[in-house]
Amino acid sequence: MLGVFIETLIGGLLTGVLYSLVALGFVLIFKASGVFNFAQGAMVLFAALSVARLSEHMPLIVAVALSVVIMIALAYAIERLVLRPLVNQDAIILFMATLGITYFLDGFGQTVWGSDIYKIDLGLPKNPIFLFEGIFPGGILIDPEALIAAAACGLLVLVLAIFFQVTRIGRALRAVADDHQAAQSVGIPLNYIWLIVWSVAGIVALVAGMAWGSKLGVQFSIALVALKALPVLILGGLTSIPGAIVGGLIIGAGEKLAEVMLAPILIRLFDLAGGGIENWFAYVLALVFLLVRPQGLFGERIIERV
Amino acid sequence: MRAPSTADIAAGDVLLSAEGISLAFGGVKALSNVSFDIRKGEIRAIIGPNGAGKTSMLNVINGFYQPDAGTITFKRETRTRMRTHEAAEFGIARTFQNVALFKGMTTLDNLMAGRTLRMRRGVFWQALWFGPALKEAIEHRRRVEEIIDFLEIQHIRKIPVGKLPYGLQKRVDLGRALATEPELLLLDEPMAGMNLEEKEDMSRFIIDIHDQFGTTVALIEHDMGVVMDLSGRVVVLDYGKKIADGTPAEVQRNQAVIDAYLGISH
Amino acid sequence: MFYREAGQFKTNYAKDMAIFPIAQDRWFVIGVIVFAFVGVPQFASNYFYTEILIPVMILSLAAIGLNILTGYCGQLSLGTGGFMAVGAYAAYNLALRVPETNFLVVLVFSGLMATLVGIIFGLPSLRIKGFYLAVATLASQFFLEWTFARVKWFTNYSHSGSVAVGDVELFGIALGNPERKYLFILAVVVVLALVAKNLVRGRIGRMWMAIRDMDIAAEILGIRPLYAKLSAFAVSSFFIGVAGALWGFFRLGGWEPLAFDINRSFQVLFMVIIGGLGSILGSFLGAAFIVITPLFLNQLPGILGIPMSTALISHIEFMVFGAMIVFFLIVEPHGLARLWAIAKEKLRLWPYPY
Repeated sequence: MLGVFIETLIGGLLTGVLYSLVALGFVLIFKASGVFNFAQGAMVLFAALSVARLSEHMPLIVAVALSVVIMIALAYAIERLVLRPLVNQDAIILFMATLGITYFLDGFGQTVWGSDIYKIDLGLPKNPIFLFEGIFPGGILIDPEALIAAAACGLLVLVLAIFFQVTRIGRALRAVADDHQAAQSVGIPLNYIWLIVWSVAGIVALVAGMAWGSKLGVQFSIALVALKALPVLILGGLTSIPGAIVGGLIIGAGEKLAEVMLAPILIRLFDLAGGGIENWFAYVLALVFLLVRPQGLFGERIIERV
Repeated sequence: MRAPSTADIAAGDVLLSAEGISLAFGGVKALSNVSFDIRKGEIRAIIGPNGAGKTSMLNVINGFYQPDAGTITFKRETRTRMRTHEAAEFGIARTFQNVALFKGMTTLDNLMAGRTLRMRRGVFWQALWFGPALKEAIEHRRRVEEIIDFLEIQHIRKIPVGKLPYGLQKRVDLGRALATEPELLLLDEPMAGMNLEEKEDMSRFIIDIHDQFGTTVALIEHDMGVVMDLSGRVVVLDYGKKIADGTPAEVQRNQAVIDAYLGISH
Repeated sequence: MFYREAGQFKTNYAKDMAIFPIAQDRWFVIGVIVFAFVGVPQFASNYFYTEILIPVMILSLAAIGLNILTGYCGQLSLGTGGFMAVGAYAAYNLALRVPETNFLVVLVFSGLMATLVGIIFGLPSLRIKGFYLAVATLASQFFLEWTFARVKWFTNYSHSGSVAVGDVELFGIALGNPERKYLFILAVVVVLALVAKNLVRGRIGRMWMAIRDMDIAAEILGIRPLYAKLSAFAVSSFFIGVAGALWGFFRLGGWEPLAFDINRSFQVLFMVIIGGLGSILGSFLGAAFIVITPLFLNQLPGILGIPMSTALISHIEFMVFGAMIVFFLIVEPHGLARLWAIAKEKLRLWPYPY
């Protein structure tokens, strides 16, 4: 029993890392520009698609490099064509615009790259690792790909944290996130900054895309992962990088545990036709948080002044 | 929520009395032990340098902020806490410095929104339209048209207020507050951002509201000329404390007031 | 020249507050409605009924419901699919277990069940706003979806999770063929659209819009956010629930759980955005656009003479929708309804350019 628990927990945590990666992209853009980019999910899909398809014709490294360029171009196009014209609108309008971008990118991506399931071969070991075989019967199953994805995420977060805190550009980004006009008045070039932010988000999307694509195969349902990132952001706080990490871990572990441990109980109790709790667990958890602690674990309190 | 009746408050009696109001945000003391009253039928001015706490005081009276200490007595009923919509039910109306109109609605709809509390017919009749709901709507429309005539805004009735120039928006804001037929009208810098002609119009409206409708008015204002002309009594705040209270002439001669405005620390 | 108000003086407030104060508008709309009831059946084919008119009518109803909540009251909701499911399953279970029930009662029941659920899931709106509320509505969407798929009682223990219904009979008349289904749905939609229009131009509509535009200022007028928001959820859910019941019974005669999934929620939201937030007319225009565009795109290979796979067409559909959403939000946030109003304004001046 304990073995199952630990195995599920670790599996959930590792999935959670992948959620965190997607959420990171959101947080970056929101921190710098106040825009809630629902299109992050579609960007992840698009990035994964380009890597997958390009790597069929060229070495992986080249494919990745080319994809980075594509993502930056995409990020720039989104900022220029959609977000700049809408710069003074309500958050709801911006959110709906990024919804539109998601649909567009989804169709466009599949038109350009095709809609079969594609593989990304990162050359990672696929065979599961078994730990603690002496203590638990059969050992605890760990997916090495997920482990490496977790490591990549951790590295990325470290790099980003350093970038934001220490470098001059990082400071400028934080200034912009705080107050656009004030930042402009000290000479920070807003558009250039946003380009950087979106490019970084694009690269994060790329890493997330490669991780998810390698694990699941690249397919449309990845865009729906973006939806799952929303509860992560609620739990962690929209403006917090550590929040995105912690939130992702909690959601990943929580829903897996709920599915494996809680679902059987519910099925017996209510005579249900199967599980699937993980479809809604994350969202209901987010709802509870919204009622109890709306700013998330690490976010800033929102005060309303007249 | 049963609103207290005014039947027993005669003109000249105390309509609203603030006692010992204190309010702090974090470490900042917005109001410290402020006490004053407003008599029925008067025009009361609240003045003071920037940051004195005037808007905070208004916010306390109409329920936006709950004071940390002190009470408000309105129509002989004393309260330590009041929700905003309760203040509305009691007959307190308010305008804002930065016009707080419903930008997506027309002038007429904004004013009709002010009649919400006085409209009784439920959802069923509204869904039907014809019948009691329509009769009620027509009656309230008639009252609102009186206010429209009074404020001379007939020509902008059907225009979405977001499209109106600032001066007209302020007039609509006033109209909406009047539409609630308030006992006490709180005006937060009604003349802000206006040119001379607009100020004269607004002053005339305020005087007419007072004379024709008998509404008690409390206003925050920076323009001394306006304060002297319009108001019967003045209360002066500085750094959240009351430093003077009396007729305009008295207050004008008060040394503490002069010091406050000249910025002499005391 | 034709579209002029000259000589039309509104002699009392009632006339001024009418839905169509200008006579030409009134006649036009009456004409359209008469044509819809009498003219259309003269030439419409079964395809026209089942693929265009019926879906557009039913989804317009759902769009009106969502418009009330999101367009008029400003509460963004991604839970439309879930509420349609509530209506559909409520109708199914009532019709199944109490077969003699008059179908109109079934419809009202489905609406009321959706209203109940809507109020419960609307409670968070008292503490949460904007995009956060959207996430909360996602919780309702996924939870409801899951409930109807897993709690076997709702599908009457169906193995596949799908349900099927027979033809509806109303006052002894079997609503079997597409024409009869269309006329019944048309009648329901016209009545409910009228109710919606009356509500949004009355006291409660003003309360909704006040909360949307500036809820703090609304409170000052005595408008309680609790009542305004929950009533918006309640009325909105009623409309959406009835639409769900109609969809289940008349669109296909059955449905599987996917019929009311998150994609349905997005679909109705897109109708509301493209048609125009805060416009009853816009709900119809948006529904028509969303339903007809894919059908039109399917004809594209034939028109252009280029072979295209169905997958490609579906991708182009996504691109078109996404692009239109962005286009409307940037250029005309009030959607097709505003474009229509602008066209009418031009018509007033015609033949003069300005």
